[in-house]
Amino acid sequence: MRRWGYKETHMQTLDFTVTENVQLTADIWRVRLAAPLCEHSEATCAPQVGQFVNVQIDGLFLRRPISVCDWEDGVLTLIYRVVGAGTEKLAQVQPGQVLNVLGSLGNGFTIVLAQRPLLIGGGVGVPPMYYLAKELVKAGQQPIMMMGFNTIDDVFYVEEFTALCRLTRVATVDGSFGVKGFVTGGLEEFDYDAVYACGPEPMLRAIDQTAKELAPGHMQLSFEARMACGFGACMACTCRTKMGYKRICKEGPILTREEVSWT
Amino acid sequence: MDLNVTLSGVALQNPVIPASGCCGFGHEMRPFYDINILGGLALKGSTLEPRFGNELPRVAETAAGMLNSVGLQNPGIEAVAQAIAPALAQDFHQPILANVSGFSKEEFVKSCEIITQCDAVSIIELNISCPNVHGGGMIFGTCAETAADIVAACKAVVTKPLYVKLTPNVTSIAEVAKACEAAGADGLSLINTLLGMRIDLKKRKPIMANKVGGLSGPAIFPVALRCVWQVYAAVKIPLIGLGGISCARDVIEMMLAGATAVQVGAANLVNPMVCKEIIDELPGEMEKLGIEKLTDIIGGAHA
Ligand SMILES: Cc1cc2nc3c(=O)[nH]c(=O)nc-3n(C[C@H](O)[C@H](O)[C@H](O)COP(=O)(O)OP(=O)(O)OC[C@H]3O[C@@H](n4cnc5c(N)ncnc54)[C@H](O)[C@@H]3O)c2cc1C
Ligand SMILES: Cc1cc2nc3c(=O)[nH]c(=O)nc-3n(C[C@H](O)[C@H](O)[C@H](O)COP(=O)(O)O)c2cc1C
Ligand code: FES
Repeated sequence: MRRWGYKETHMQTLDFTVTENVQLTADIWRVRLAAPLCEHSEATCAPQVGQFVNVQIDGLFLRRPISVCDWEDGVLTLIYRVVGAGTEKLAQVQPGQVLNVLGSLGNGFTIVLAQRPLLIGGGVGVPPMYYLAKELVKAGQQPIMMMGFNTIDDVFYVEEFTALCRLTRVATVDGSFGVKGFVTGGLEEFDYDAVYACGPEPMLRAIDQTAKELAPGHMQLSFEARMACGFGACMACTCRTKMGYKRICKEGPILTREEVSWT
Repeated sequence: MDLNVTLSGVALQNPVIPASGCCGFGHEMRPFYDINILGGLALKGSTLEPRFGNELPRVAETAAGMLNSVGLQNPGIEAVAQAIAPALAQDFHQPILANVSGFSKEEFVKSCEIITQCDAVSIIELNISCPNVHGGGMIFGTCAETAADIVAACKAVVTKPLYVKLTPNVTSIAEVAKACEAAGADGLSLINTLLGMRIDLKKRKPIMANKVGGLSGPAIFPVALRCVWQVYAAVKIPLIGLGGISCARDVIEMMLAGATAVQVGAANLVNPMVCKEIIDELPGEMEKLGIEKLTDIIGGAHA
């Protein structure tokens, strides 16, 4: 029997079973979740790169949005930083427990035809880049990965990216690992024809300001907003763009350089 | 099992309506279930002019609920009347409630004039109780005279049932309800959200950009039930009960307090299937409780 995937046009809530929940750094965890088994003949598919899921956590009213870090044969990987009540509870979840997951949400990255895509992740903006890097490699592209952290103790997934990417560079703000400085420093050293990025908003803005001119749609930035529903029903997450108002959960979280309007 | 109810001549196949602001403009729920199973659908609150709404963050979590300060983001009543409601009605064949808000009596009236022309809309729900807009969206609903003044002016221009959505943030909700009834309201929806706030401990600042917002979700169910109970005793017009409903038993409880139909708000946001689940569960719960016809229990707890 195979595992349930997400139907392309049908978001849904599914009960996933936790297969592992491990600590990667002082405050970063990785949870793996197996989709329910099903005998459905209906075609199902994996989440798209850059999409996210909204995870229900026992005892808390709102779901928590987390990016898809990987999807392999119906097993979903999420990497999260423990920052508050919800992620604290998530870190206590044991293998075998069930989590209700609403997905898969958002527009996702559009994989553009490029020779040398540059992937940039800052902190918990790194995880979605993993799934993207995998799919880019499958599509015959050779991504460069730049990952940024505050300090050596925060660093995760360097080996995983090194195994996938043509080049993987790590920057730490204090210089304790890799290059010293922000992940956006030294962009000009690279030859690239597309940029995909996820991380704190100042990082995204710096990328927009320093990266060279690219073909339209070839710079895609992933944004965050406080959400309630995650599927477009409540308007909690709307932002202004050059192409009108967009719900980060629905018409986002990915915006192109051409649509972003910095405020 | 008979789940049919009627709101001022508008027949509903069951009493379950997703509430304004919690199901977008209807389309957003389509991925999850066939929306034609619903009793009806309440559109996002709309104003005469398009609005962006408040700055972000617009939501915060609370115990058993949430706060929102969306601030009536909407494309304007004209767009709702001309495009959005008609498009929805093409393949949604249950009653549509258009939720109308405003910043002055004149604006409410103009919006009503526009939306009453829209064939797709069955009921106009006057939102005089939104806590999230400056210029006093809610002020209208907190004063019986002002509420009555607006209701009478709107009633004069509409040709569809006019329901008035009441705020619980008042000393006596029954008094405001009576004033609306006297001014010509065909029915009442209650309750809108309760004003609340949360502060971010690390930043020592309010979580929401608007600082305060409306509380909804299971936390407010007892308050909503009490309001419906009090208003049912005070007026004769039909009531739509809402506030914290998240299961079939809540629906039955709300109807026993006096509601003819119910709306489900925040519960949709955490479980997009909730309205379908409630509708599926209702016959079973009715059976357990010896209810054959839902209309038999409206106000049943008052006897
Ligand atoms: C599209 C999207 C993808 C994300 N992907 C990841 C990821 O892959 N890994 C990861 O570690 N984090 C990710 N986040 C951030 C993550 O959602 C928050 O860190 C998390 O919700 C915090 O929950 P909490 O209960 O621990 O914190 P609390 O501060 O207690 O949460 C209170 C409320 O605020 C919301 N909230 C708090 N911080 C954020 C934030 N930064 N963004 C959005 N909502 C927030 C919570 O969802 C909750 O509703 C993502 C956010 C979005 C919008
Ligand atoms: C995100 C959100 C947006 C809302 N927007 C509107 C609105 O536009 N107009 C309105 O009359 N009520 C609005 N409401 C209030 C709900 O319709 C409902 O009255 C309230 O949330 C209580 O019901 P609940 O506890 O089931 O959510 C909104 C509520 C939420 C949570
Ligand atoms: S979170 Fe509800 S619309 Fe985006």
